[in-house]
Amino acid sequence: MIKTPERVPFLLRVIRRRPPAPHTGIQETGPARETLGPGEISAHTPFECRNDRASAGASSITSWIPPWMFWMAMLLAAPQALCGGQRVDPALVPSMFAPESAPAHSISHLAGFVLAITGGMFALVAGLLIYVIVRYRRRPNDDGMEPAQVYGSGPVEAAWTTVPLLIVVAFTLTTARVIQEVQDAREPASAVNVQIIGHQWWWEIRYPELGIVTANELHVPVSQGGEPRPAFLDLRSADVVHSFWVPRLMGKIDLVPNKVNSMWIEPERPGLFLGQCGTYCGTEHAYMLIRVFADLPQDFDRWAERQKAPPENDPSAAAGRRVFERTACVNCHVIGGARDRRFGPDLTHLMSRSTLASGALSNSPAALRAWINSPEQFKPGVLMPTMNLSDNDLDKLVAYLSTLK
Amino acid sequence: MNDTSHLGEIAGGMPLAARAAEDRTVLDTLHSWLVTVDHKKLGLMYILYGLGFLFIGGLEATLIRLQLIAPGLHVIAPVAFNQLFTMHGTTMVFLVGMPLIFGFANYLVPLMIGARDLAFPRLNAFGLWLSVFGGLLLYFSYIGGQGLSGAGSAPDVGWFAYAPLTAKAFSKGHSTDYWTLGILVSGFGSIATAANIITTIVCMRCRGMSLTRMPLLAWLCLVVCGMVLIAVGPLTAAQVMLLLDRFAGSHFFDTQAGGSAVLWMHFFWIFGHPEVYILVIPAFAFASEIIPVFSRKAIFGYPVMVGATCAIAFVSLGVWAHHMFTVGMTSTGNTFFVVSTMMIGVPTGIKIFNWLGTMWGGKLRFATPMLFSIAFLFQFLIAGLTGIMLACAPWDWQLNDSYFLIAHFHYVLVGAIVFMIFAAIYYWFPKATGRLLSERLGKWHFWLFLIGFHMTFDTMHFAGILGMPRRIYTYEADRGWGTLNLICTIGVAFQIAGVLIMSVNLLRSLRKGKPAGSDPWDAWTLEWSTSSPPPEYNFSEIPAVESRRPLWDLKHPADPDWKYE
Amino acid sequence: MNGTADSKPIEPTADWAPSKGVVGMSCLIIAESAIFLMFVVAYLFYVGKSLGGPTPRQVLDIPVLNTICLLSSSATITVALRALRKGETKRFSRWWLATIVLGAWFLLGTGYEWRRLIYEKGLTLQTNLFGTTFYSLVGLHATHVVIGLLGLMLVMAFTLAGWVNQDHAERTHVLGLYWHFVDGVWVVVFTVVYVIGR
Repeated sequence: MIKTPERVPFLLRVIRRRPPAPHTGIQETGPARETLGPGEISAHTPFECRNDRASAGASSITSWIPPWMFWMAMLLAAPQALCGGQRVDPALVPSMFAPESAPAHSISHLAGFVLAITGGMFALVAGLLIYVIVRYRRRPNDDGMEPAQVYGSGPVEAAWTTVPLLIVVAFTLTTARVIQEVQDAREPASAVNVQIIGHQWWWEIRYPELGIVTANELHVPVSQGGEPRPAFLDLRSADVVHSFWVPRLMGKIDLVPNKVNSMWIEPERPGLFLGQCGTYCGTEHAYMLIRVFADLPQDFDRWAERQKAPPENDPSAAAGRRVFERTACVNCHVIGGARDRRFGPDLTHLMSRSTLASGALSNSPAALRAWINSPEQFKPGVLMPTMNLSDNDLDKLVAYLSTLK
Repeated sequence: MNDTSHLGEIAGGMPLAARAAEDRTVLDTLHSWLVTVDHKKLGLMYILYGLGFLFIGGLEATLIRLQLIAPGLHVIAPVAFNQLFTMHGTTMVFLVGMPLIFGFANYLVPLMIGARDLAFPRLNAFGLWLSVFGGLLLYFSYIGGQGLSGAGSAPDVGWFAYAPLTAKAFSKGHSTDYWTLGILVSGFGSIATAANIITTIVCMRCRGMSLTRMPLLAWLCLVVCGMVLIAVGPLTAAQVMLLLDRFAGSHFFDTQAGGSAVLWMHFFWIFGHPEVYILVIPAFAFASEIIPVFSRKAIFGYPVMVGATCAIAFVSLGVWAHHMFTVGMTSTGNTFFVVSTMMIGVPTGIKIFNWLGTMWGGKLRFATPMLFSIAFLFQFLIAGLTGIMLACAPWDWQLNDSYFLIAHFHYVLVGAIVFMIFAAIYYWFPKATGRLLSERLGKWHFWLFLIGFHMTFDTMHFAGILGMPRRIYTYEADRGWGTLNLICTIGVAFQIAGVLIMSVNLLRSLRKGKPAGSDPWDAWTLEWSTSSPPPEYNFSEIPAVESRRPLWDLKHPADPDWKYE
Repeated sequence: MNGTADSKPIEPTADWAPSKGVVGMSCLIIAESAIFLMFVVAYLFYVGKSLGGPTPRQVLDIPVLNTICLLSSSATITVALRALRKGETKRFSRWWLATIVLGAWFLLGTGYEWRRLIYEKGLTLQTNLFGTTFYSLVGLHATHVVIGLLGLMLVMAFTLAGWVNQDHAERTHVLGLYWHFVDGVWVVVFTVVYVIGR
């Protein structure tokens, strides 16, 4: 089955072509190789697979592995096609290929382009590899001679250097353009400015121009129709490195202490977008979840008005307010007043949020009670201590906090 | 030394089991291994050490995957989980990857270049024991102290230990110190061994073996060791700075005093990126030795292979900040690193083509080492392409620190490196022990591990695309990641099965494997001219070579290599 | 490298290979340079960024004498090594001693300088970013001088015992390389700390 030089494809022809060398055997040990008849395996083959090979007969891929293993592998590979669970709302799955914001679209288009080209490269090279494995495998009726030795080929090597280089140049240029498009975008006058300060393990969110302070849940107006209203986010950290990541809206940018980073998002439909901290920041990194609500303009304005308003002052909840002020709560949390920065989240409009503890619990009086009673149970390692309140105090406190809408 | 045990080795040729007949206690054998300065024994000890930690790191990974098999699980406490992924990463890079590389280089380089030992045999032993000590120190952390919530003091800051999470304020207790000191000590061992190997290659090649006639494995080890010299220093420096911060009150990474968290990232990744090339280039070295032998052809384009490796080494020193695309560098900074990272894809791709070119026109024999090598080619191709995807900075803003990233680097670390480690074990085990491994068990190992690997790491790509970040001890059910994580975890079972079969194969073949002879694979480099296992002095007479494949010249005296290259 | 068909392979001409000690020490020097480079980078990165405390201009005196001593010691060690290569053991031991004295002077001078900075100027490792980077960089260098001096003193002890002769020229040359490296690093540290950083 050795090709004579004339039949070798053009690409393999090299300057120093050599005829197949007759194999004279290993000098010190063992005799020269015998010529093999069809289906025969050399007695000198050191492999233990000679029994399998002898019985297999025809040389095909499935003779190397038992059929049952092949089919089991196929069966197991099938579930890989499933990309989501059943009871999951597909609109919430934070897929980067379901972009719903201008920067996310830019990234997604770049990704599609790169994926297409690299996919093509994969198909080409993997195809060649499969071809080589099939075409150049040693046949059972092999004559034992060494194949023609080819040491290299200038033209071939030049070709497979140049083509990848050109592809790389194309990728670089496209990428540079998108970097500039996203990173150096100019902020329009209509933009909403938000400051996000990362803490272990919650998000402090401030709207300096609107005078709003909240936590963990970001509200931004939708950009629909002709008028874009992006939200420009300033990212800072109060302790360690965090990362703000809402895949459908934009890639992640880190919150680094002693540094101010910025990013922008431009949601194009009203709704909820899920995200979470994207850089390991300590014990409860897994529960530093983000919820971004894109609101229609009127809804956003209404939300902003409510957030700006002072806290509810319900006289029936005054007892709870006293509990709040008398115990250590007031050292870490702010309700109303100057809205200065504290160690823990601002609670002025606690009940307007859909979750507690940065997504660890859904927000309801019962959950709130359980949380205050034992934060460690829901978020082990959390920096809020167990307050050890009596049941009576706890009830009053929860009743008060439940009025903070 | 002063015992007579080494006399038995001069007889060479005898498989290890046969030597038991000599007058020698277990303690004598143990002692001879403990005090040895023989590169072969030290190499085998490095490899055993690396394989041992491979199992331990794999156990840690299994626990991680069990916790993540379904959403909302709290089987493993958060601190314990964070310790698991930190220790898993640290173990695999520093206690598995590096020792295995140095182990194989230690064993093979002198044999391949016709030398009797490394340049500094005692330094060699020192390097090994320093590495062992560092690893043991790191693992002592599990039992050394109560730590946070009684979970022990193992480090839980991630394998790259970003500042200021590692500052005393945020990392109480000594868990971070165990990480720092364990790796610092191992790092000195690595530098010592790298210097040793470089000196050996530069000064002790046999007659006729110019640098251009060296086996590719020796060349690539030379490049790797050069990179170790340059890359480990920054990590050592950063760790010294971290220790000063934690114990002497300095402010290198103290953001409250104006220090910079980003500076740690720069230092770490100036080490970290060349480190991953340090880990993968030996895999290339094994492929460059194994693929030609099982294709029955010389390596295609030897000079280009050397040149491409040097190019990779050189460029790899300039790409580090592609791990920092999300940190907020300027658009110019980001673009620069996009360019350099894309560029490194070119020489890497060239190598894949060269291996393809080697197989083209050959006569492929699908023994176990070759099976692993072929899987390596597919998997490294995919790993390289996902690397190109990650090099696009805007796309990296989505992909970084997600499960796509984990999938990419496990494709390199497991799909390329571990697969080639397995190939190298199957290929050189007969040389080191004088016995063949079972091909049947080898194929079982291969197929089980292949299936498991793909089940786990193919699905991880999709989890990342669906927005799953890394290093989370659990996840919400409404994100749609449940099924993918389930498949991911099931794949681990297959990998465990494959590795267990390999262990059985290794242990059984040590005692009952067929005698291998000196050259079971009909190969062409100098190590196959010695007996199996080689005598302690390697060669009774230092050989002289005339080409890159000295044994080919011997086997084909009418048609030697030196006529053509 | 290549023969043509029917000819003999071309033999590499020389049997010469570089000395193992020199190659090994060069590897160590490369690794150490990488470590020093990071401390230099940290120093330059933090120039002017301290939030308070003494600044370089306020407290640093240029260590002229120390520098002259250390750099001269490179010259003296070169003379010593040349003497040893020729077999002039007595001459060697004299110049070797001179090297040690100069190196020790440098260390003492550095210690004196630090004493002044700590007690008179109030600059410590913990004071500010300048203190952190200054002491770590200069201290790392000083540590390497100490290690070098220990090696030099060991050789001095061997010389005094009469055990050192021309056969050991190669090994002492390797130690000399290390000493030259330490001096070279000082040139860099001096430039960065006392010239650029002020």
